[in-house]
Amino acid sequence: MSDEEDLESFRQRARTFVRSELRPVAPHGSGGILRPDLTDQEELAAVAREREVQRKLFDAGLAGICFPRDYGGQGLTHAHQRVLNEELSGYEYPARIQAPTFSPCAAVLLDFGTEDQKQRHIPAILKGDEIWMQFLSEPGGGSDVAGALTSAVRDGDEWVLNGSKIWTTGAWWSDWALCLARTNWDVPKHRGLTVFVLPLRREGIEVHRIEMLNGSKEFCQEFLTDVRVHDTDRIGQVDEGWTVGTRWMFHERMLTNSPLVTLPAGNSHGGGGASSVHGIARDSGRLHDPYIRDLIGEERMLRLVGNELRRRIGEGTSSGAMPDQSAAIGRLFSGITSARITTIGFEISGSAGAAWSDDDGELAQRGGDFLMRQVSCIGGGTTEMARNVISERVLGMPRERALDRDVAFRDVPRSASPRP
Amino acid sequence: MLLTPDSDQELFRETTAKLLNEHVPVGELRRLRDDPVGFDDEYWRRGADLGWTSLLVSEEHGGGSISGQGLVDLSLVAYEFGRHAAPGPLAVSNVVAATLSDHGDPKNEPVLHQLMSGESIATWCFGEPQPNDQLASVSLDVRVDGDDVVLNGVKRPVESGQRADYLLVTGRTGEGHTQVLVPAGTAGVSVTALHTVDLTRRFSIVSFDDVRLPASAVIGEVGGAIGQVKWQVDIAVAILCAESVGAMQAAFDMTVEWAFDRHSFGRPLASYQALKHRFADMKTWLEASHAISDAATIAAATRSPDAEELLSAAKAFIGDYGTELMQDCVQLHGGIGLTFEHDLHLYFRRQTVNRALYGTPAEHRQRLADATDRDKGAA
Repeated sequence: MSDEEDLESFRQRARTFVRSELRPVAPHGSGGILRPDLTDQEELAAVAREREVQRKLFDAGLAGICFPRDYGGQGLTHAHQRVLNEELSGYEYPARIQAPTFSPCAAVLLDFGTEDQKQRHIPAILKGDEIWMQFLSEPGGGSDVAGALTSAVRDGDEWVLNGSKIWTTGAWWSDWALCLARTNWDVPKHRGLTVFVLPLRREGIEVHRIEMLNGSKEFCQEFLTDVRVHDTDRIGQVDEGWTVGTRWMFHERMLTNSPLVTLPAGNSHGGGGASSVHGIARDSGRLHDPYIRDLIGEERMLRLVGNELRRRIGEGTSSGAMPDQSAAIGRLFSGITSARITTIGFEISGSAGAAWSDDDGELAQRGGDFLMRQVSCIGGGTTEMARNVISERVLGMPRERALDRDVAFRDVPRSASPRP
Repeated sequence: MLLTPDSDQELFRETTAKLLNEHVPVGELRRLRDDPVGFDDEYWRRGADLGWTSLLVSEEHGGGSISGQGLVDLSLVAYEFGRHAAPGPLAVSNVVAATLSDHGDPKNEPVLHQLMSGESIATWCFGEPQPNDQLASVSLDVRVDGDDVVLNGVKRPVESGQRADYLLVTGRTGEGHTQVLVPAGTAGVSVTALHTVDLTRRFSIVSFDDVRLPASAVIGEVGGAIGQVKWQVDIAVAILCAESVGAMQAAFDMTVEWAFDRHSFGRPLASYQALKHRFADMKTWLEASHAISDAATIAAATRSPDAEELLSAAKAFIGDYGTELMQDCVQLHGGIGLTFEHDLHLYFRRQTVNRALYGTPAEHRQRLADATDRDKGAA
């Protein structure tokens, strides 16, 4: 596009906005995992502020950098998004609205939504009016996404949904969901799925908050009882939900490397550049201990390598030099790396990892983080699934034997009692 | 290797690969096992004709790059060197050629031209015996004595020390670094061969015992060479990383092929999930190594301020994870992977040698910790 804003003037515009409109955030430690630090009231206030910030970004022409202009985006490039990320470094940003709202949810709408659906939701998302959830995992099985049991039955122009979804982060303050449901039980599992969008605050949807082992209550489970959805809220064709689902999971694995997602440079979300363990070492008084320095160096190495790996996969999948399924490589690396960095933080904390006081600064709560460490290898698709995808889809190795292929889904054996 | 080299770079890489296939196939590598030099002069001249030793030399000195970023182009050669476990002192030749070019002293033009044509071989005498084998610990003494300089000290391991016609020696004059170009055979220089795990690379101890040369042999300023020395380390690290990634790629490809072909219990190895998951890990380490090696090389080529830490991240990561990848390739081959007959060790050797040169992973992690201090203003 000839009238595309050049990067330097974009940077100036972004900088002016960020410095005049947004609040600087203290470079607080980071590396904490789903810590239950906020009361519900504080959490709701934080969500409200993020919606406000998103609206400010929208009004300033800085929301949806890589979204098409037709839907309220800026129609700019990934390079512009990176500039925005750099300028946001050290400032507040709508963290809770990025994933899954922009990616994978909005990304899936862009890929498969009708014109009406896109007009209805994308601008609302970019304005901070709609925060989205993924209704993907179910209590009966996490990795086997295509084995969804939530059913959708057609009733005239409507569909009636029943079932349960799980592991939605912040569903209790969210607005909409992208939902994978079973519409045909008489065909093999991948061929009987359909995707819908639905508002979370609708009759028949109950949202329960799950308490994690560290006291966090941000993950939710939803129970759907006779929830009615109009056929115009269907995404893609009936029974072809897996076509949507495959792309959906690609976007999910792209995570923060997606050009649709804003992430201030240096923030540590599955990578990033900033050290989370340097502060722990400082507060432990062992910053100059060569053993500790080895661990600090390891963390920095992993973050730098992770950044470059994500960049490579991003460029490779968009240019076609790498298959889309290579996104699983980034997902695996992020999961393993985050887990390792959590371990390093726990190690440097020493005995404060076991017992801490509120005065321990960055040493505090590292024991709780350590117990939650595997979140990075489970959430967003397990690292085991990523390994399957890499070996089978990227390297072309033989698929695992599946007993549910070429069998009507209703005849596939299921877990005796789905765990909540 | 670069995900999207431009067409000139790609042609250059392919031409290098073709030359290596023709001149140093694995049979030739095995033959060179007992060769005192480890490569043939003709082979090196042919490579020099392609530009192997002139990419970091400025155009006014008769060199020139393909893309405008000579170090990036050179990393393509290095990558192919790794993929072929190719012989020849690629890193050190380029270090010396770059430095002679950077200083542009007319008296060194003839040497520079010999290096670019492949007629002569030059090497870099940098590392020293333990405990002075770390990147920052240079102790060889360069004393100014009237119109002369006098060198005393020991360097090791020096690549191609016995074959080299010229030695670029990094030493100290007081607190500062001084570099001297020493012709082989100068009185007081003695060269002793070392053992190594590489099949075609040769290393030596080079001792300097009151080696006296005219002060004009100094490259750059007496006591003022630290900036150039750091650049030389950057070049060497970038080349070794690209080469190691090439070696990893070759070993990985070979092991994937093995997993498809080799059957046990009536199934190919590639069908076992326990093994597939290990291949997924290796693929991840490999792609990460490509990514960080390329990013570090580009940063160094453009003299970006984050070049040093990216190079350290590359050297540390590829050193550790590359080694794990190689060991896993051996494990997945079983006993045959440890035999001389199998080709796997050719690449494994290269990766192993590179891990230990120009800073171990642990040393580079210390440098990364220093970079983190600078970020946090907590030095």
